Amino acid sequence: MKRITISTILIFVFVVAGLGVASAEELSLLTWKGYAPKVLVDKFKQETGIDVNVTYTNNEEMIAKLRATRGAGFDLAQPSQDRISSVQEKYNIYQPIDFTKIDTAQIIPSMLEAVKKNTLVGGKSYAVPFCWGTSGLIVNKKYAPDVTDYSDLLSEKYKGRISYRLKRPTLIAQAFAMGEDPFAKYGDEKAYKALMEKVGQTLIDAKPLVQSYWTNGDALLQSMRSGEVYVAMAWDNGGWKLHAENPDIDFLAPKSGALGWIDTFAIPAKAKNPDAAYKWINFILRPENAVVFINMEKTPTASAGATKLAEPEVRGNFERSFPQEAIDNIKWYPPVPAKLESIEGEILDKVKASR
Amino acid sequence: MKAFSGKLHIQWTLVCFLTPVVLWLSLLIVLPHIDLLLMSFRTEDDSGRLMWSLSNYMLFFREPIYWLTFVRTAVYSILVTFLTFVIALPVAFYITKVAAPRFQGFLTLLLLLPFWVSELVRVYGWMILLRESGVINHFLLKTGILDRPVEMLYNDVTMIMGLVYTSMLFMVVPLIGVLESLDDSLIEAAYDLGANMWSILIKIIIPHAVPGIVSGSIVVFMLTLGNYLTPNLMGGKNSLWFTEQIYNQFIASFNWNQGSAFGFLLLVLSSLVIWVGLKLTNQKLSKVVK
Repeated sequence: MKRITISTILIFVFVVAGLGVASAEELSLLTWKGYAPKVLVDKFKQETGIDVNVTYTNNEEMIAKLRATRGAGFDLAQPSQDRISSVQEKYNIYQPIDFTKIDTAQIIPSMLEAVKKNTLVGGKSYAVPFCWGTSGLIVNKKYAPDVTDYSDLLSEKYKGRISYRLKRPTLIAQAFAMGEDPFAKYGDEKAYKALMEKVGQTLIDAKPLVQSYWTNGDALLQSMRSGEVYVAMAWDNGGWKLHAENPDIDFLAPKSGALGWIDTFAIPAKAKNPDAAYKWINFILRPENAVVFINMEKTPTASAGATKLAEPEVRGNFERSFPQEAIDNIKWYPPVPAKLESIEGEILDKVKASR
Repeated sequence: MKAFSGKLHIQWTLVCFLTPVVLWLSLLIVLPHIDLLLMSFRTEDDSGRLMWSLSNYMLFFREPIYWLTFVRTAVYSILVTFLTFVIALPVAFYITKVAAPRFQGFLTLLLLLPFWVSELVRVYGWMILLRESGVINHFLLKTGILDRPVEMLYNDVTMIMGLVYTSMLFMVVPLIGVLESLDDSLIEAAYDLGANMWSILIKIIIPHAVPGIVSGSIVVFMLTLGNYLTPNLMGGKNSLWFTEQIYNQFIASFNWNQGSAFGFLLLVLSSLVIWVGLKLTNQKLSKVVK
């Protein structure tokens, strides 16, 4: 009898504790590493009383997670703008954005319009822009002074000192370096497949030159820092972070064009607390908050006026790596049609499996 | 009446004990697997509608990269199992037969200790040791053995070493179990009769240890075959493990149907390998599991 009483009490305690936890307001955020700096999470909690639970991931896993639950489990996700419309059409994992709840005045208008247009499904837009950047080359100029383009990632000169990701941006970058335009072939599945096979073959031929296919951004930066890698394809902010430590290393916009991405806010279809999601969007895009993120991650945001507040070093980075013609040459990802992912997946498998 | 209530009582306790197990098995293992099995027989036609088909399974046999990866994974897993056995047998023998009894517990604890840390941390530990700017290279450079650092990570040898390290414990523990029941006098008698160490090993120790070897091997083989972390991190650019193919299908290509087909192929083919292994060593699963 005594045991039953004790277990009843225990169950009661757990239930009450559970209720207690559940009653504090929460925002589950599914995002990229660095996109929710702790300072801002704390400030948000102070302002609104909402706890932010952050889960770090990447585009592919974000989609897989939300697809598995049909859009439940998270209140806000941050996919790239080109990966939203086809996924939404097929799996229906997001809900349309209610732009009346968004303080659009604090967002750069051209960017807002571009993202609205690219995430349009059935007459409704599914995303709000958050930040943007490019993929290009990070180069250690001390050892590799002549690098200009993605084709240098296939160069015998830097054998064993090359690193890139085995992901779709690499395929697209190499296609551009060949003088092709993969984005123009997005609509033509056959032509795109042929192009990707050609790119895949080049990557297979150049495989002995690669030090590693990186998967973790921090690990890549570590390899560049220690001089194990001279040339890598990676995001611009990583190169700028390294430049601050070692002036020999810097981000370079490749001759055939840096690849421009915009990461967004999208609200999953079964979000429990969409109001908190809107609050977070408006909160983080406020210039004084966005600038914290800019200074920390060296990544420009869609927040109008935040860039002006940024540290001069951050603006210096951008001006150094992006002269006007490099900006004009940025290749912005258009929305990805549904079938392309499996074509690319197969090519990437082949590259990985080759000897 | 009394007997009846007693019987009822036992049934109730049985229900109480079985319910969690049955729920666990059916809700978390059987049901998802049925869903995956159904999924693996469906594929999308050109207009994106799902229909029944065997094409997911056909692709595995049609595309050399997929079945070659599988063969590679299976062969390497068998190799890892064998290497683990070769290393674990002397260790287990030392612990049970050579070391003083009061040190046995301590030595087993030493084996267990690294497993209190997560596999991810252990693999990163190896990476810190082996990388080009890592500890071992630094040491070799300082002592003048090397004049320039070498890359020790990202090749098959390192990957296999990592896998052997990860699965050591699962071989040593069952071996200790069987070797403890080996009567020392058998070995002493063999020595008296003039047997050398080699023939004692082949004729006495190994035959006695077979059940432990087989159960250890099954565990190590399955763990290695299903490992994702170690091949991926330590094998680097050349490590296509079959689990990675499954991950890629689910995550990178969004093709869950293909991914579940691969998953079931892994399940069926690995069961097949184990069945063949049991047949070859003349063991019964029921005996080994015990």
